[in-house]
Amino acid sequence: MDSSAAPVVELSDAVAVLGSFPVLAGVDLRVEAGELILLRGPNGAGKTSLLRLCAGLLPISRGRGSVCGLDLTTQRRAIRSRVGLLGHANGLYQDLTVHENLRFWGATVGASAQEIGAAEQRMGLAARLATVPVERLSAGQKRRTALACMLVRRAQLWLLDEPHAGLDAAARDDLDTVLIDATRSGATVIVASHELERWAGLAARQVEVVGGHLNPVRSTLETTPPGRG
Amino acid sequence: MSTARVALAIAAKDLRIERRSRVMLNQVLPFSGVVMVLFAFALDKANLLSRVAPGLIWMATLFSLLVMVQRSFAVETDDRAFDALAVAGLSPTGLFLGKSLALAVQLLVLDVVLVLLAVVLYETKIHGGGRLALAAVTIVAAVSVLAGIGTLYGGLAAGSKGRDTLLPLLLLPMAAPVVIGATRSMEAAFATGGIAMREGWAWAGLLVALGVLTTVGGALGFSALIEE
Repeated sequence: MDSSAAPVVELSDAVAVLGSFPVLAGVDLRVEAGELILLRGPNGAGKTSLLRLCAGLLPISRGRGSVCGLDLTTQRRAIRSRVGLLGHANGLYQDLTVHENLRFWGATVGASAQEIGAAEQRMGLAARLATVPVERLSAGQKRRTALACMLVRRAQLWLLDEPHAGLDAAARDDLDTVLIDATRSGATVIVASHELERWAGLAARQVEVVGGHLNPVRSTLETTPPGRG
Repeated sequence: MSTARVALAIAAKDLRIERRSRVMLNQVLPFSGVVMVLFAFALDKANLLSRVAPGLIWMATLFSLLVMVQRSFAVETDDRAFDALAVAGLSPTGLFLGKSLALAVQLLVLDVVLVLLAVVLYETKIHGGGRLALAAVTIVAAVSVLAGIGTLYGGLAAGSKGRDTLLPLLLLPMAAPVVIGATRSMEAAFATGGIAMREGWAWAGLLVALGVLTTVGGALGFSALIEE
């Protein structure tokens, strides 16, 4: 990886406040293009807040930060059009089919029919599944549809909060393949998860979030034993 | 992406959802029909129904608007699609205009049906092209105002607890001037209530001005809702 290239995420002493509570208390983070990194830590440590900060949804109160080369203080809306945030919900329209959901998100960025078709192919949603209303899909199929929407939106930075939640073993494996493919094609992925064993082989780097602070984990093999957090 | 493109994408999406779910056809239209029939039973006196028909049409519109606005934002909050729209960084003005446009189209269909019901149930009549034009302008203008305030307050209530009860509390007082203006204007179009045509057009003009005000104010104010 070229360390001289501009990082996709760069935070320096960044503080974020919810109400009067500092959810992020001066964090430093640098994420390069094409990296897949894992945010780990106990509930309430600030993992989701860090994802929301990177998505431009949570304002930066102090310190400096940039995402995709754009300033987190002054260009939050421009940042949002470059990132995809997938939380516990999928953000899909239940009455519309898979293809109609993709077509809607494609229309918001001017994506071509070919791009939409390619996203369907890549996520295994082409042919029959494309015409099924989202409300009739399984949890894994809905997740794949949400990720296909991110592809269609041409998200450069994927922010995923517990992406394996509610998926069966096969769907989890499929998701892993999708994320590896995404990083190979240049996307950057930041994942918040408690499933340390699963991510040990996938994430290039792990960062522990504790009490709004970040502690780098030296090696992906140095994972916290299962059961913690 | 341009504001117009966002607005068209949102409006097309909302209308496609309506076409697929048929909530308007299977729930809202029958509901407003029942309201009109109940009014007919409650006010079953000689000539009374035809005199108060314009007011009844707009009251039925208002009740149906509550159902339609709640539905319009339920599709956005069911799977947190509204959050996805916010993350996508789309133009808030485009979002407001798109949702308003879809709501306005549905309200327009509803009001045409309600006027036809008034003709059948209440024996109201519109004589002459001038009166028909006044009725058409009134409906289009009133619908644009109602769609605008419905979208604005629907968006405000969508992110709050108790949104089902909060929406009528916020929306009904704001809709009162529209109901008054549209009723007066339609009284002139129906030649009931002793309102002259000139006065009817003045009320219609007021509704057009309110429509412009609501659209501009809503487009500017919706940004704050999305940011929250």
